[in-house]
Amino acid sequence: MSDWGQRGIYVAGVAETPLGDVPDHTEFSMVAVAAREALAEAGMTLKDVDAIFTHKMGEEGSVQVGEFLGIQPRYADSTDLGGASFEAFVHHALVAISAGRCDVALVVYASRQRSKRTRRKVRPEPDLTIAAQFEAPCGLPFPLGHYALVAARHMHQYGTTPEQLAEVAVAARAWAQRNPKAWSRDPLTVVDVLASPMICDPLHRLDCCLVTDGGGALVITNGNRARDANKRPIRVLGAGESHAQWHTSQTPDLTVTPGVVSGREAFRMAGITPADVDVLEPYDSFTITVLLALEDLGFCAKGEAGPFVERGRLAPGGKLPAMTSGGGLSYNHPGAFGLLLIVEAVRQLRGEAGERQVSNPRIAVAHGCGGLLSTAATVVLASE
Amino acid sequence: MNPDFYGDALTSPFWEAARRRALLIQRCRTCGEYQFYPRPFCLKCDADDLEWVRARGTGTVYAATTVRIQISPEFEPPYIVALVDLDEGPRILSNILAPACVIGQRVRVTWKDREPDPPLPVFEPVEEG
Repeated sequence: MSDWGQRGIYVAGVAETPLGDVPDHTEFSMVAVAAREALAEAGMTLKDVDAIFTHKMGEEGSVQVGEFLGIQPRYADSTDLGGASFEAFVHHALVAISAGRCDVALVVYASRQRSKRTRRKVRPEPDLTIAAQFEAPCGLPFPLGHYALVAARHMHQYGTTPEQLAEVAVAARAWAQRNPKAWSRDPLTVVDVLASPMICDPLHRLDCCLVTDGGGALVITNGNRARDANKRPIRVLGAGESHAQWHTSQTPDLTVTPGVVSGREAFRMAGITPADVDVLEPYDSFTITVLLALEDLGFCAKGEAGPFVERGRLAPGGKLPAMTSGGGLSYNHPGAFGLLLIVEAVRQLRGEAGERQVSNPRIAVAHGCGGLLSTAATVVLASE
Repeated sequence: MNPDFYGDALTSPFWEAARRRALLIQRCRTCGEYQFYPRPFCLKCDADDLEWVRARGTGTVYAATTVRIQISPEFEPPYIVALVDLDEGPRILSNILAPACVIGQRVRVTWKDREPDPPLPVFEPVEEG
């Protein structure tokens, strides 16, 4: 049994980039804003950083980020696990810092997918990949169509209803109404979700996340360096990651995600169970994504997430506060949302969440997932 | 190169057969398992003795969705995209040529012409007594 993580690894600083519609920036200037703000929280500057972790910042992303920020790292990671990359980066940073291969890890991301209108409904495929030969000709919208198939199967297999899916969007919106940075803050009801246009049965437009610009930064370090932080450092108790299929046809069971593995690994390392979790930040790319996360992380049994989310369980005042920023459904969704899940979890644990603050949370879980429910990574954070 | 060649080194036998409207899948000569898309080894038993065999062309809908948005000029909504479990086992993504489709529906392969590319296997409902 290794002692990786047992000596104390901390998130010592977090920040959002500008969010929403950001026409007056580049992705790199956005990253610079967030990185310097997160480092200031940690009582550090860019000169302290010796490890870079980034996703979708272009080819050899960590190289491009390193050059722009003036950092020559001794540890670099541009792993692509889609929206789950950032929870995986916490996992990787925990291992690297514990092994003494770096001391101050900077995790950054920014996207201008909204202002640049780069979001596509078809996954670009070079000629003659397996996807181009066998899947693209079917016209399944990417990634929405895969999630629609998942929701259809979950409804068929377990009796999950459109109303139960809508409960997830309604809970996210109720949190967003308490977050001044949230993109969508108008009141929302189950009836409103069901009345929004059906775009890919059984998913309505309001079962789907936003398309915004945005991003953020995290600073991860060891206990010695975290002591200098200007804000309360948040301990990383556990982390895990996994992935499954790339192509829709290769999904053995549409109702099960690699979150089963990432959650088991993270919870086991942290020595916690779902009952210990005070705040949950699940990746809400679509309403169905949250139902599967609740099941795969063990908050309820497989197939029972529909009834589980009824009566506002995830909403403000509910038994399991979840998506407390307003989530990808109502706060912001800059293409890969996983970094902002961790930002929100840290702010909740520090007690900085203002109107949306959960009462005295001790343990928060950020659960990223990406692709076609292809990837998952889970991080358990604690306020002490 | 053969002007009819389509696909890649692993998939070209599939597309060659598709021109004759035959649906091929791989079968492992060691363990008997069927698989699709093709690999140079058996995913189940790791043997590398695989053959192409003709599938019966019948299957059951595992999941389906009606697409109601236009994603590109070549696709006119609404249309149905489904995962079909072939009777031999492999699961493939395809279209169902019907106004509506429920999970569990029995289906049979048919072919969508795409000249000069080989035809695409799609499915239509079958009634079974």
